[in-house]
Amino acid sequence: MSVFAIARLELLIARRNMWVATSVILMSLFTIVLTLAGGAPTGTLGVDPLIVAVSSITTLSVYLVPLIGLLLSFDAIAGETERGTLALSLTYPLSRAEILIGKFLAHFAVLAFAVAVGLALTATLTVWQHGAANLSFAPLLRLFFTSLALGSAFLGMGYTVSSLVRQPSVASGIVIVIWLVCVVLYDIGLLGALVTDNGGYFTKTVFPWLLVANPADAFRLINMPDTSVTVLTSGLSAAGSVSGISGQLASLFGWPLLALFCAWRALRKVEP
Amino acid sequence: MTTLAVENVRKNYGTLETVSNVSLSIEAGERVALLGHNGAGKTTLIRMILGLTPVASGTIKVLGSNPGSRHSRASIGFLPESVAFHGALTGREQLRHFARLKSVPVHVADDLLDRVGLSNAADRKIRTYSKGMRQRIGLAQALLGQPKLALLDEPTSGLDPISRHEFYDIVEELAQSGTAILLSSHALTELETRTDRIAIMSQGKLVADNSLVRLRQNAGLPIRVNVTTTAENVDLVAERLGGKRINGCSILLTCQQDEKISKLSQITAFGEIIKDVDVTPGSLEELYRHYSVTESEGK
Repeated sequence: MSVFAIARLELLIARRNMWVATSVILMSLFTIVLTLAGGAPTGTLGVDPLIVAVSSITTLSVYLVPLIGLLLSFDAIAGETERGTLALSLTYPLSRAEILIGKFLAHFAVLAFAVAVGLALTATLTVWQHGAANLSFAPLLRLFFTSLALGSAFLGMGYTVSSLVRQPSVASGIVIVIWLVCVVLYDIGLLGALVTDNGGYFTKTVFPWLLVANPADAFRLINMPDTSVTVLTSGLSAAGSVSGISGQLASLFGWPLLALFCAWRALRKVEP
Repeated sequence: MTTLAVENVRKNYGTLETVSNVSLSIEAGERVALLGHNGAGKTTLIRMILGLTPVASGTIKVLGSNPGSRHSRASIGFLPESVAFHGALTGREQLRHFARLKSVPVHVADDLLDRVGLSNAADRKIRTYSKGMRQRIGLAQALLGQPKLALLDEPTSGLDPISRHEFYDIVEELAQSGTAILLSSHALTELETRTDRIAIMSQGKLVADNSLVRLRQNAGLPIRVNVTTTAENVDLVAERLGGKRINGCSILLTCQQDEKISKLSQITAFGEIIKDVDVTPGSLEELYRHYSVTESEGK
């Protein structure tokens, strides 16, 4: 029951700190804009307007979902260590794993709520503009569940950092670096390597695995199988075919487990 | 069963021994004050009892269980020296959360808010609380679920005199219901009447552990007798008693416990010219200094 007590308190704090409102507003604003703007150029052509919207939102979610995940989690342990509430909580009959799981449940719920509201708005707007006929909602559901997996991976990374450092300010700096590396620098680095390699050994064998190893890129690959809308056109199509959907799923759902496991190991070492 | 049994416990950080060979036991219903200057090892000892800091050698048992075990944690109430609860929560929400963690019905938390005098502020955000009010939340959470052992680290720091008085009333009630209490403090005077036993730590060692009366006897601190007389007779009285004049009409003299009665009868023999007599035994401050200084000198 301690897990639920922790989750309940964290949800309350997330609501008071406006984290819930901020995440929901952020997701809603971006999805509304992308749905409306994304729908405009297709006009009455045969392309499913929902697919177009999902593609735009995927590109956005790659940046936004990890950011929300990290912002929700960086203070989770370091903040409590600094305030002294972690030491006090640990004198109660509950384990460190329960603390971690409780916090994760709460932050996962906030994230799921924000993504759900955003995607529900997308669906509603699309149906309102184009009617419900001929729409396929499968990509939207896929986007929802993969967003949660992506967010969970970054929640886990945030907890790990938060357990390893003692000050929340340091933790916030480190998570911003993690975010930059995972969603921006990693891809730029790969792109640079691709250009240098010019279609050689690296491009064909190493690159696809390196790409899918990053949960953000795995997320992009799963949600944008149509290579015509991708930025790294040649690279992504090659990656998609080599690693396959199982590789992408393994990366996207393996990362949250790995990150949470690391967080638990790090939290066990904390002497509050 | 002994509520708290600490035996030959040591703790060192590198070569620095912060707790060395401390043994201490507390029975149910006993109130023990743990004194010591900053860095004497009080907080480290408390953290080891809680299982937050591992013990280097020796054993600690809380009701027969190892520190940090679920059983021992479920039977301990802990008030940390400094804790900042999340400012966005109300006092009631924070305390109800702790009640859930301890599997105590939430209405107990509400009752405790009344008990510590926070019922009016219970639904305000903790960030609006004064230091004393935060301390009361801390105390209330330590009382949840009738702990068998209460560990109170500097519980009265930041409290005004009336709040301190109320605090010790609560501690007394807790002890009467069978809770063993270990409280650490700098504020010495308030402990004199409010504790059963005093343990003094100095440089990681337990240098004294006894009732106040026994500590006084063993220390052999002089008793101060302040005699007030009339201005004309002050020199005469001072000469006869062998004391020191401290102003126009009073004399200060010191004696040991066994000479006290004979000294007093000598004074009363003067009759009318004595206006007042004040007898002060060695204060806790002197006692504390005596034990912590002699021990560190004898090292």
